[in-house]
Amino acid sequence: MTLIATESLTKVYGGGVTALSDLTVAVEPGIVGLVGANGAGKSTLIKLLLGLLTPTRGRIQVLGLDPIAETAAVRARVGYMPEHDCLPPDLSAAELVTHLGRISGLPRTVARERASEALRHVGLHEERHRPVGGYSTGMKQRVKLAQALVHDPDLLLLDEPTNGLDPAGRDAMLALVQRIGTEFGISVLVCSHLLGEVERICDTLVAIEGGRLLRADHIAAMTSATDVLAVEVSEGTETLAARLAALDLPVGREGRLLLVPLADQGTYDLILGAVAELDLPLHRLDQRRHRVAELFARRENSHA
Amino acid sequence: MPEPTGVIHDIGYQRYTGPRLGRRHVFGALYLHGVRTAFGLGRSAKAKIFPWLVVGIVLLVAAAVTAIRSQIGEVIMTYAQFADAMSWLVIFFVAVAAPELVSRDLRSGVLPLYFSRPLPHADYPLAKLLALVTALFLLLGAPQLLMFLGGAFTADGMGAVWDELLDLLPGLLYAGLWAVVFASVGLLIASMTGKRAFAAGGIVAVFLMTTPIVGILSVLPSQTANQLAGIASPPTLVQGVGLWTMRDLLVTEDNSADLDLGSFGPVYALVAVALVAGCVALLLARYKKVAAR
Repeated sequence: MTLIATESLTKVYGGGVTALSDLTVAVEPGIVGLVGANGAGKSTLIKLLLGLLTPTRGRIQVLGLDPIAETAAVRARVGYMPEHDCLPPDLSAAELVTHLGRISGLPRTVARERASEALRHVGLHEERHRPVGGYSTGMKQRVKLAQALVHDPDLLLLDEPTNGLDPAGRDAMLALVQRIGTEFGISVLVCSHLLGEVERICDTLVAIEGGRLLRADHIAAMTSATDVLAVEVSEGTETLAARLAALDLPVGREGRLLLVPLADQGTYDLILGAVAELDLPLHRLDQRRHRVAELFARRENSHA
Repeated sequence: MPEPTGVIHDIGYQRYTGPRLGRRHVFGALYLHGVRTAFGLGRSAKAKIFPWLVVGIVLLVAAAVTAIRSQIGEVIMTYAQFADAMSWLVIFFVAVAAPELVSRDLRSGVLPLYFSRPLPHADYPLAKLLALVTALFLLLGAPQLLMFLGGAFTADGMGAVWDELLDLLPGLLYAGLWAVVFASVGLLIASMTGKRAFAAGGIVAVFLMTTPIVGILSVLPSQTANQLAGIASPPTLVQGVGLWTMRDLLVTEDNSADLDLGSFGPVYALVAVALVAGCVALLLARYKKVAAR
């Protein structure tokens, strides 16, 4: 089943601002990264997915349902974590998440149980009974995630979940999102303006710019062909380059580094063999994954 | 509360396959939450002070009225008059409860969490409105019930208790009218701003600033202006409807002179209905806009 499908989706706001223009994309269940700069139309797309906005033109489907015609059915199966601060400071996390669970249609006792479960899964334990006003930003983000999870959705929409977090907090949040997508069996759409962040955890990447689709594909398809081995030797770089070239390896240069495309595991052996034969001091040999950003950059350059 | 101690086993994430309740239950949950919020239940001790102070005062007044009546055997305040006499307290209660119900949610930005759930955007304001109406009705109705119980126990014979009940029912209806008018006006004002102090000030201002207009109209030389003066302010509007429908329960000899509506009683009733309808319509329009943000 297709998780999200849009067809020529266009949204023009009242003032004549085009937020999305002719967007056609289909993504499979899994962790989906939605990247784009601020104002690219990410939040508009989320609101369209939730049925909060009506498309100007085109069609949109979430979990095979139309969010405008079947709003309640869609929202019962979708959890939404907004970008901005949205927690009343004087309620405790447990009370808030329980209440919102009931608004999602859970019976009273189930809502209470699932609220503490959801809070436990995001890493909030005893502190869940304290007022949210006293929480750190990281804890608040976790509460926001827990309330999106409380009614056991099939799809989570996370709008900039790492906003305002320090590097450790970002890693923890991304690990949590990855765990939800893999272990919990819930599909996740993660919005971010930081490509480097979402590319680490997502299966599929959708990039939009100025309301238009830039690229949508499996992350594997975007990066697999581009893995590169970086070799650095303390001396004899030239000798090694010549030797590798003689072995029919297309060697590239980047400063003191030699870059060799990684064909298979044999490439490692060839390089290590060459270094050992020449008796050179190997400084490092690591696999460098091409960052998706470079792909986009290259693509844009070719356009220009 | 002592928690059971021991090793917590991580049993992993559990999918939920049980029932998901429909719109009626969700509305009910939001409504009950609202009624509790109005009285500060499930909230900090600070949030409880004011509502329960007001509740304490109205119950105390009711108890005093009942006690005096049982001592001197004379009715010093009818059930319907009780609502009139408490109008100031009702205004202050609305000024605190309405911002608590809606302004707080606007301020904290929690509304996207409601409107991204299977909750039609009209249900949120309607549940809040119904909660405030209920809270106000309880505030005015409970003391009347206390007065009734006091009266019933001191009455001689079932006939007297029956008469007492026939006095109580219009009193409760009148309390219901107060509750509906004040709740719809108060909630509409509170829904305009996320700042609770502004909302409270706005509510008190609307109820108080309109009182001088009534005063001016009622001293104009035109008799029609005098008789229609009460329409200008919600409290006197409600009183006018009460005077038209149950004059003998509200008017005692000493204040009958300045409470003359002439033949405009139905006008008061129509204006009251229009006021409530207008407020509810604006409230729904307001939340239709808020929901799409």
